[in-house]
Amino acid sequence: MADAPAAEKQQKAIVPFLKIPANPAEKPYLQGSRCKKCGATYLGSRMACSKCFSTDAMDDVKLSDRGELHVFSIVHQSVPGVPTPYVAAIVDLPEGVSVRCNISGVEPDPKNLKFGMPVQFVAEKIRTDREGNDVIAFSFKPV
Amino acid sequence: MRDVAVIGVAMIKFGRYPEKTVPELAAQAAILALKDAGIEMNQVELVASGNLYQSNAMVGQRILQIIGQTGVPVINVANACATGSTAFREAYMSVASGAYDVAMAIGSEQMGKMGLLGGGAGGGDPAYSTEGVLGSGLMPAVFGMAGVEHMRKYGTTLEQFARVSVKNHKHSMHNPYSQYQTEVGLEEVLNARMVGWPNTLYMCCPTGDGAAAAIVCSMEKARQFTTKPIRVAASVLTSDPWTQRDLTMPDINTLTRNAAKEAYEKAGIGPQDINLIELHDCFATAELLHYENLGICAEGEAGRMIDEGVTAIGGKVPVNASGGLLSKGHPLGATGVANVCEVVWHLRGEAGNRQVEGAKVGLAHVIGLGSACTIQVLEKV
Repeated sequence: MADAPAAEKQQKAIVPFLKIPANPAEKPYLQGSRCKKCGATYLGSRMACSKCFSTDAMDDVKLSDRGELHVFSIVHQSVPGVPTPYVAAIVDLPEGVSVRCNISGVEPDPKNLKFGMPVQFVAEKIRTDREGNDVIAFSFKPV
Repeated sequence: MRDVAVIGVAMIKFGRYPEKTVPELAAQAAILALKDAGIEMNQVELVASGNLYQSNAMVGQRILQIIGQTGVPVINVANACATGSTAFREAYMSVASGAYDVAMAIGSEQMGKMGLLGGGAGGGDPAYSTEGVLGSGLMPAVFGMAGVEHMRKYGTTLEQFARVSVKNHKHSMHNPYSQYQTEVGLEEVLNARMVGWPNTLYMCCPTGDGAAAAIVCSMEKARQFTTKPIRVAASVLTSDPWTQRDLTMPDINTLTRNAAKEAYEKAGIGPQDINLIELHDCFATAELLHYENLGICAEGEAGRMIDEGVTAIGGKVPVNASGGLLSKGHPLGATGVANVCEVVWHLRGEAGNRQVEGAKVGLAHVIGLGSACTIQVLEKV
């Protein structure tokens, strides 16, 4: 019995500002945009600048893969189906953008986390969606 | 803008009322507020109804279908946790502007045991759910991180945050309208189940049901109805301004500071003139930040302030004499109106065993994430 041709499985980003280059030699990265007028930088694409109200097209920015841990919490009770505990954090990137993310690669205990500690961007497959595509997410891990 | 007075307030005990509908809960509070003001429904010229989870369901009109279909303008308000306080401000604005003489704000909510808020499940394929993958949008973690930022800046301790819970639970023992009236000790708070570090179970407000109502009137007419009018010295609403992390980590500090600055200017007073405060202690971590945001202590002094008992009843500036959201409960749409009730009761000298003695000026503060901040400054005339 001949197999039906399988639909092409894709890698899909969990959020639009996580970019997965078509060329597998290039690594995924976070995309931002910078206001041409005031320099305020944002995660993802924007219609206008909420700092200076400029509606000019913004510059596309490839954000750094290194940042530092601003603050964190450890979630012990979550919504059904989400495994706990996990480290929820805010990471500051050198471009002046903050990212909400998990801190991976450490036991979720406050003693393992230091304010200002350097962290490294990591992208990986976390799930398969209904259509069989790989869902790619990111986290930051201590350097 | 002309002077406005609060002439009637009421709330029902916050708790769980699965056998009632939202308009039924709200109607009870509205009828009690009308009685408190000594007026009837046909004297109310505008109704602002705050309710979040049924914001598409004409709650305000459904309340009037129970208590009196007078045909007056009804505004249904939704503004996250600031829903009720925004409804109060709508009623205030309608009278302050001169357009109406008497208006009623009603706040209501029925949350049952809906559990953690802010997970943002939404529709679509759950494979793209970000909770627990891209950090957390759950409120215990969001407000946990806000507290942790204070810890990072000033060395605030877990014990200091936990003391907020001890104080507010203690206050609630004297508030018959409080969802919980249970005293808890410091060790009990610290050792309770961790929800979102550093907030343990007793450092998180409960979900629940409730309703509250407040009637405002032009000051010139207020004396017709009451011998104890309470002047609205300021009613302020702000949204989140641009700050560097706000879109990722809601900047509740700048949000509140902007509102406080405007409120003090409008009222012509400073933080040193405030005798009691009902502020938005959705989590114990939040309360300490707002001591500084509202200017009742210097930067970095909030931890010391709770340690020294300054914000307990009997201290210089009692905060959350009602038990706060932590004990009294936080049915979202009702919260901001219930805060006004509490402050009004103290200013009238009607707060029973939790009365802040000699209170002349009180402040009610609410934030809603996403973000909104309201501050009402109320003053004994």
